[in-house]
Amino acid sequence: MKKIVSLILICVMSIFTLSACDDRPKLKIFNWGEYIDESVLEEFSEKFGVKIVYDTFATNEEMYAKIKADPASYDIIFPSEYMAKRMIDEGLISKIDMSKIPNFEKIDSMFKGLYYDPNNEYTVPYLWGTLGILYNTNNVKEPPTSWDVLFNGQYNKRLLMIDSHRDTIAAALKYLGYSLNTTDPKELDEAMQLLIKQKPDVLAYVVDEVNDKMLGEEADIAITWSGNAIETMMSSDGNFNYIIPSEGSNWFVDVMCITEQSKVKDIATEFINFMCEKDIATRNCLEVTYSTPQSEVYEEVKKANPEFAANKAAFPSAEELKYMEMFITSDDINRMYDEIWQKIKAE
Amino acid sequence: MVKKLIKNIYSTLVYLFLYAPILIMVVYSFNGSKFRNKWGGFSLKWYKELFNNHEIIRALWNTLIIAAVSAIISTIIGIAASWLLYRMKNRKFKSVILNTSYLPMLNPDIVTGVSMMILFVFIALPRGFATLLLAHITFSVPYIVQSLLPKFNQLNKNTYEAALDLGATPWEAFYKVILPELIPGIATGMLLAFTLSIDDFVISFFTTGPGVSNLSIMIYSMTRKGINPSINALSTIMFLSVLFLLITVNTRLKDKNPKN
Amino acid sequence: MKNKLLTSTYVAWIFIFIVLPLALIVFYAFTVNDGNIVRFTMGNFIKFFTEGVYLKSLFRSIYLALVSTIICLLIGYPMAMILAGLTPKIQSFCVTLFVLPMWMNFLMRTYAWLTILENNGLINTLLVKLGFGKLELLYNQGAVVLGMVYNFLPFMVFPIYSSLTKTDHSIIEAAQDLGANKLRVFWSVTFPLSLPGIASGVSMVFMPAVTTFVISRLMGGGHTSLIGDIIEQQFLYANDWNFASAISVIVMIILLASMAIVPKGKSEEPEGGGLW
Repeated sequence: MKKIVSLILICVMSIFTLSACDDRPKLKIFNWGEYIDESVLEEFSEKFGVKIVYDTFATNEEMYAKIKADPASYDIIFPSEYMAKRMIDEGLISKIDMSKIPNFEKIDSMFKGLYYDPNNEYTVPYLWGTLGILYNTNNVKEPPTSWDVLFNGQYNKRLLMIDSHRDTIAAALKYLGYSLNTTDPKELDEAMQLLIKQKPDVLAYVVDEVNDKMLGEEADIAITWSGNAIETMMSSDGNFNYIIPSEGSNWFVDVMCITEQSKVKDIATEFINFMCEKDIATRNCLEVTYSTPQSEVYEEVKKANPEFAANKAAFPSAEELKYMEMFITSDDINRMYDEIWQKIKAE
Repeated sequence: MVKKLIKNIYSTLVYLFLYAPILIMVVYSFNGSKFRNKWGGFSLKWYKELFNNHEIIRALWNTLIIAAVSAIISTIIGIAASWLLYRMKNRKFKSVILNTSYLPMLNPDIVTGVSMMILFVFIALPRGFATLLLAHITFSVPYIVQSLLPKFNQLNKNTYEAALDLGATPWEAFYKVILPELIPGIATGMLLAFTLSIDDFVISFFTTGPGVSNLSIMIYSMTRKGINPSINALSTIMFLSVLFLLITVNTRLKDKNPKN
Repeated sequence: MKNKLLTSTYVAWIFIFIVLPLALIVFYAFTVNDGNIVRFTMGNFIKFFTEGVYLKSLFRSIYLALVSTIICLLIGYPMAMILAGLTPKIQSFCVTLFVLPMWMNFLMRTYAWLTILENNGLINTLLVKLGFGKLELLYNQGAVVLGMVYNFLPFMVFPIYSSLTKTDHSIIEAAQDLGANKLRVFWSVTFPLSLPGIASGVSMVFMPAVTTFVISRLMGGGHTSLIGDIIEQQFLYANDWNFASAISVIVMIILLASMAIVPKGKSEEPEGGGLW
């Protein structure tokens, strides 16, 4: 018995020591699921002699909750711009020494000085995208141009919405002609009623399962983000298209940030600069099929994947972007939208 | 005769119900196409990809290690706890300790998971492998105690005292007299703890940290993104191994114990 | 002497890992964090009971759990009886076969049902080939119930099976000798003696069924929030730990109360609660 106990203790000890044996500095990264070309991580790891711990999240709110509970749990995070603003305000994100990121100048001016980081001190854009409508051209005869197509009951049980409060409520608000950041209870109530009325038509509320289901022809029309849409288009027989409704929609920029409590900020800064290299950024963009904030990279993408680069909904012009809004968030706004979401779900 | 036919049909239906998804997984593990509703021909490529997929292998490794270590440690704690409870004279105290010990079993997974998450934040223990392990141990111990306590109650009370009288130290008496009687209970408890740990999702979901993923958590994130078909291959392999294991164990037990 | 050390160590363990976490939940449930000040409040509970959404969700969860539990009982009891009535040789094989699926990851098994049930899944493809129309088998409450029954059926079968196999056959023989027919024997002897097993099975199914969030998410298409979904969302997405803890406390109380109600029959189990 004593022998068994000691054997077990030795095993346990060795497991713990073996895992601690890696002397290299550790960089802990928290990113969206399937949002990077993994070979890029290996390259960085080898080039800079750093061990990378890479975890993924599915929504900004989930990421926020994890970082709030455990501020030192990750060094680099990839929030969407509205969440970055919130985390900057709450002191969760550290200033970046931009002098160490020479590649920052490659980022288009369109993505600099935006409301969430007016002096470009805290964030560096990674990829950006839009929210729009993905549809199966075989089954949807008339190309949709308005959010109306989701709400007019035409696609009973052939419709997919997003399982995320801000995005789905945004569609309703935009359709009704309101801002997707409104806090006016009347406007919000209208949106809620519309979404409740829509419920029987919805096949399911999904996030990334949308690709799977659209390709499997479980549904014909879905609200989703440009990256998912392009990915579906790429994986199909060419029978999908992605558009942004005329009433306008949401656009977002996912940015790279360093957490305030990170202990390896210099390595993190290196990583961010590395990610902005033309070759690296191109690989990521092509792999993930979200839009790049660098025009040089866009040219590379055009060569490698012309269909992707040509899609106006994935790469709207600056003019078109004027009709798009970014999200704004705060504890109160989040609670307001969350309560509405609960009410919609509870029907 | 009719009765037997009905019984057979009924049980076949139930077994079919239980095994339907497993058969699906096995069949699709050989599907050359990535998509669920297209058959792309028979292929072993997912098995090959499985062995190259570091993420899955690491998650599997974590799952097995956590299950094994937590089973062992919780068994040790469980034996100690059951022994204590068995020997406790004060009824009230015993009742309190007993019921408290059973709490993780009575609470829904989500409450246990969430309360442990709050605990780790409270004592400022960064979440990771250690917290995952601690959580698994915590929810396993009650099951061990539940398996062992009745076995303790079945013991002949006098053998232990007799051993002490004959000059054995308490430890020796325990080790040589009590422990052998408990082996079936220990085996059941350990197996149960191992099974619960392997399959656990909810508690792990709340108590794990960066970089530490177990199989369930990884599959959960996959169900949101799109299942990597290598998981079908993994499930098939696991299924066959467990099938093999259980059949072997069963035949060996039958050989030892013809009465069963 | 050694006992005292062991006892205090174990008590410390229980306190840190069982009592303290629950105490923290209760603490969070009754407090609110206003900036940096923590103050006591009933607000979280009031919010739960006054905003209809949450009660709706709770009742729906209980309703679905009850339905699943009853179905598990109706399917599981005959199955347990069949298993208990097998000759020992086949019995252990069949029981093993019944346990086997539980060793497969439950998420995977549940997800595999999508392949069977979805619009272009196996069942619908078959129906179309046979000339029938498609059925909506997924993304509704029925699918969630199916998922629950599928996952929890073994937990109903095993305790009942355990109870039945422990029933002393001489009692049954005695009843038969006294002239009772099969139905009477079952109703007056077998069934009452299996009540502890039923009670055990019911609690092992009802409890996880009420609080699941994975099954409703996979099979329910995100249409409805069950109470488990809400707790998870409030903890991880809405980041309102106080409110989430309050809901957890309410759910815990309900479950403990329901377990007190379930009749246990004769619960003398000297042989121990092993599964097999």
